[in-house]
Amino acid sequence: MERSFIKELQTIVGGEYILTDRESLAVYGYDSTPEIESLPAAVLLPGSTDEIIRIMRLCHGAGVTVTPRGSGTNLSGGSLSAGGVVLQSSRLNRLLEIDEENLTATVEPGVITSALHRAVEARDLFYPPDPGSMNISTMGGNVAENSGGLRGLKYGVTADYVMGLETVLADGDLLRSGGKVVKDVAGYSLNPLLVSSEGTLGIFTGITVKLIPKPRGKITMLAHFPLLQDAALAVSAIIAAKVIPATLEFLDKVTIRCVEEYAHVGLPLDVDAVLLIEVDGHPVVIAEEAAAVAELCRKHRCSFFQTAQNPSEALKLTEARRTALSALARLRPTTILEDATVPRSCIAAMLKVIQECAKKYDLVIGTFGHAGDGNLHPTCLTDERDPDEIKRAHAAFEEIFDAAISMGGTITGEHGVGLAKKKYLPRLVGESGIRVMRGIKQAFDPKGILNPGKIF
Amino acid sequence: MEYVKLINCMRCGMCLPVCPTYKETFLETASPRGRVALLRKLQEGELEQSERLLEFLSLCLDCQACASACPCGVNAGELVAEFTCQRKTEKGLGFMEELILRRLVPHPDRLESSMGPLRLYQRSGVQKLVRTLGLLKMFPRPLERMEGLLPELPARPLRQEIQEVTPAAREERGTVGFFLGCVMSLIFSDASRATIKLLSSLGYKVITPRNQLCCGAPNMLGGDLEGMKQDARANVEIFSGYDVDFIVTDCGGCGAELKRYGHHLEDESASAFSAKVRDISQLLALHRDELRTMLKPLELKVTYHDPCHIAHCQGIRAEPRELLKLVPGLTFTELNEADACCGSAGTYNIQRPEMSDRILKRKLDNVRSSDAEVLITSNPGCLLQLKKGLAEQLPQVRIMHLTELLAQSMEGESV
Repeated sequence: MERSFIKELQTIVGGEYILTDRESLAVYGYDSTPEIESLPAAVLLPGSTDEIIRIMRLCHGAGVTVTPRGSGTNLSGGSLSAGGVVLQSSRLNRLLEIDEENLTATVEPGVITSALHRAVEARDLFYPPDPGSMNISTMGGNVAENSGGLRGLKYGVTADYVMGLETVLADGDLLRSGGKVVKDVAGYSLNPLLVSSEGTLGIFTGITVKLIPKPRGKITMLAHFPLLQDAALAVSAIIAAKVIPATLEFLDKVTIRCVEEYAHVGLPLDVDAVLLIEVDGHPVVIAEEAAAVAELCRKHRCSFFQTAQNPSEALKLTEARRTALSALARLRPTTILEDATVPRSCIAAMLKVIQECAKKYDLVIGTFGHAGDGNLHPTCLTDERDPDEIKRAHAAFEEIFDAAISMGGTITGEHGVGLAKKKYLPRLVGESGIRVMRGIKQAFDPKGILNPGKIF
Repeated sequence: MEYVKLINCMRCGMCLPVCPTYKETFLETASPRGRVALLRKLQEGELEQSERLLEFLSLCLDCQACASACPCGVNAGELVAEFTCQRKTEKGLGFMEELILRRLVPHPDRLESSMGPLRLYQRSGVQKLVRTLGLLKMFPRPLERMEGLLPELPARPLRQEIQEVTPAAREERGTVGFFLGCVMSLIFSDASRATIKLLSSLGYKVITPRNQLCCGAPNMLGGDLEGMKQDARANVEIFSGYDVDFIVTDCGGCGAELKRYGHHLEDESASAFSAKVRDISQLLALHRDELRTMLKPLELKVTYHDPCHIAHCQGIRAEPRELLKLVPGLTFTELNEADACCGSAGTYNIQRPEMSDRILKRKLDNVRSSDAEVLITSNPGCLLQLKKGLAEQLPQVRIMHLTELLAQSMEGESV
């Protein structure tokens, strides 16, 4: 990048907010995606929409690429730039408004997800999307990746809550889409396109999300199943009984062993699966729902069932799920966490495929995740210094993704395509899918300067 | 540095929201994940030991909040400290470091006499004069900072006053070796006196070996691993001369260091020593039922700041809170971000004053919104830093060591 161009960027954001030294660039060369690194030429920390507009105009004119970044917890390489400009949203972190009449919140893109949770819950309101990284992930990143989380089954994902967006387009023009209205059929729906655009269509500068009343109560339950098939049947039976738990999380045998060895939470080593189930809502309703869940788990031969009687017991029951990733990640230096997702009726079949792949490629794969919405996290524990094992891991995941596609599922439920899943996208959406997506990209960003090389 | 410790970081970012310097700057270079990456790239030869890289690394407080948050067991703070130690070993100690870490700190008598002029400075009225006239502005900034941190010193260090054996005040249930931290002895002697009193009241004979040395933590901070090991060997030797059930300290920094003797010295007697070490809150909590009957009411609104060396390095969080809640009449409010560093961090508040002040301000804002009258903590570094901060920004809130408050409740004195 030319000095004169950097100087121009400097005049926009101020000298303090542009990083071009080797050391800084090195640590902006990664996000949470294993094995992928790529160095930007400059990192900018803009302080206003106006600055972003000016940056985009300048970069558009010069044909310099721009990649937005929140806290860098992306799991598909989406926040990495190869020789371009990285725009970090951290200074745009104001919670602009909580509108209790319209039940909306409006935030800048750098607001941390859990900070929004705390702010709205203090007013008895609720913003449900809760990605695993919510304590540090930004709302801008959540919207760009359409983040999910544990509450997806009952409450949906980020896309279900985005009502209005303010977006700076590739050429620096400002686009406003949606707003606070519940019904809006004027023209194409642009929000769903922008949500999950992974930084390739525009830079968000304002986000308005829907809020709902905070559930008044919650009951936490834990069940152990000696047989995997029974756990899967119990999940189907719970949903068929018209109970939609807020949380329906699953741990497989490998994960159970790791959790027990690491945290000694009292899980038996002879069970195939553990389910963590939470129902939330009106106290009278959830009491009925909890009873139904208990009955269905017992009917499907669970060997242990416990309902938490108070918050501290609930915390204890959720411990195994909360420590799952830690327990797995400690075993080996490199942790590859995937998010293949299938219709929930296929969970047992999917788990079988994962176990067979682990065996076939001689890998340790622990699986946990959101059983209720079919979004599993097969987690391969490996060592980046062992190229052969890494090769086998990729081969295993290729089979797992193909299986997910053949079951009517998807290659990524919540991490995005980015760089990591590019190869698999055509298999899922076909040529026509790629053609339509390219057309959309062309309409938004004809010069291709926004987060190039991602998705397709 | 073992390479595997660096590649264990999976860059998930769980450390970012708990890192005090990241929360202030939102810069990846000021985050634990970034520091591990810098160290890794250094070892891989992608980066050199540039001034800038050292500057980025030195912004780490080594508060180890990141280690508590890390799913993979990476301890970025410790890795940076290890790097600093390695560098010092290769480069050798500077003249001042040699003087302070090797010739002053390990010798309690020298350390104590070095405080003499300071005491005189305070008592003669010169301090008041210097402060009023703003004379410190004429000295280098670190000196001005140090002077500002210094509370009124006790007349004599506790080590010189305390009897070597304090008998149990009732039927003896065991013997405790008391590790008296340097700063506790020199500055917060009232708190350590309270600690000994509590132990004695609970039936412990308390042995405070007069020849014990510094725990070695200042050496570690200065990157002087060998100096730390010298202190450690001496202390293990000294305490092994007594038959004690526990080795107790009321200094979080000492406790964290003493518990690591086994790790650093890699010998049996050091491991046995470390296995006996307890933070005072751990030992007191064992006797919570008895304590409950012994404590008298204190009508106070209290909150608790977790010292990093206690919460993150020793994993002790519940005990201090439990003990406070035993005091009748006391209202305990949880402090927001209670286990976030206060910015003291050894000598960080002198070396990185600007960042330290930002972190301190955040802590004080949280104390303000807790609505507490008294802030409790149990580490001398935090006590110094917070005492100064409160005096300047929140004078209505007082600060006490955990054992001071408990001892007063036991005496039935109003605080």
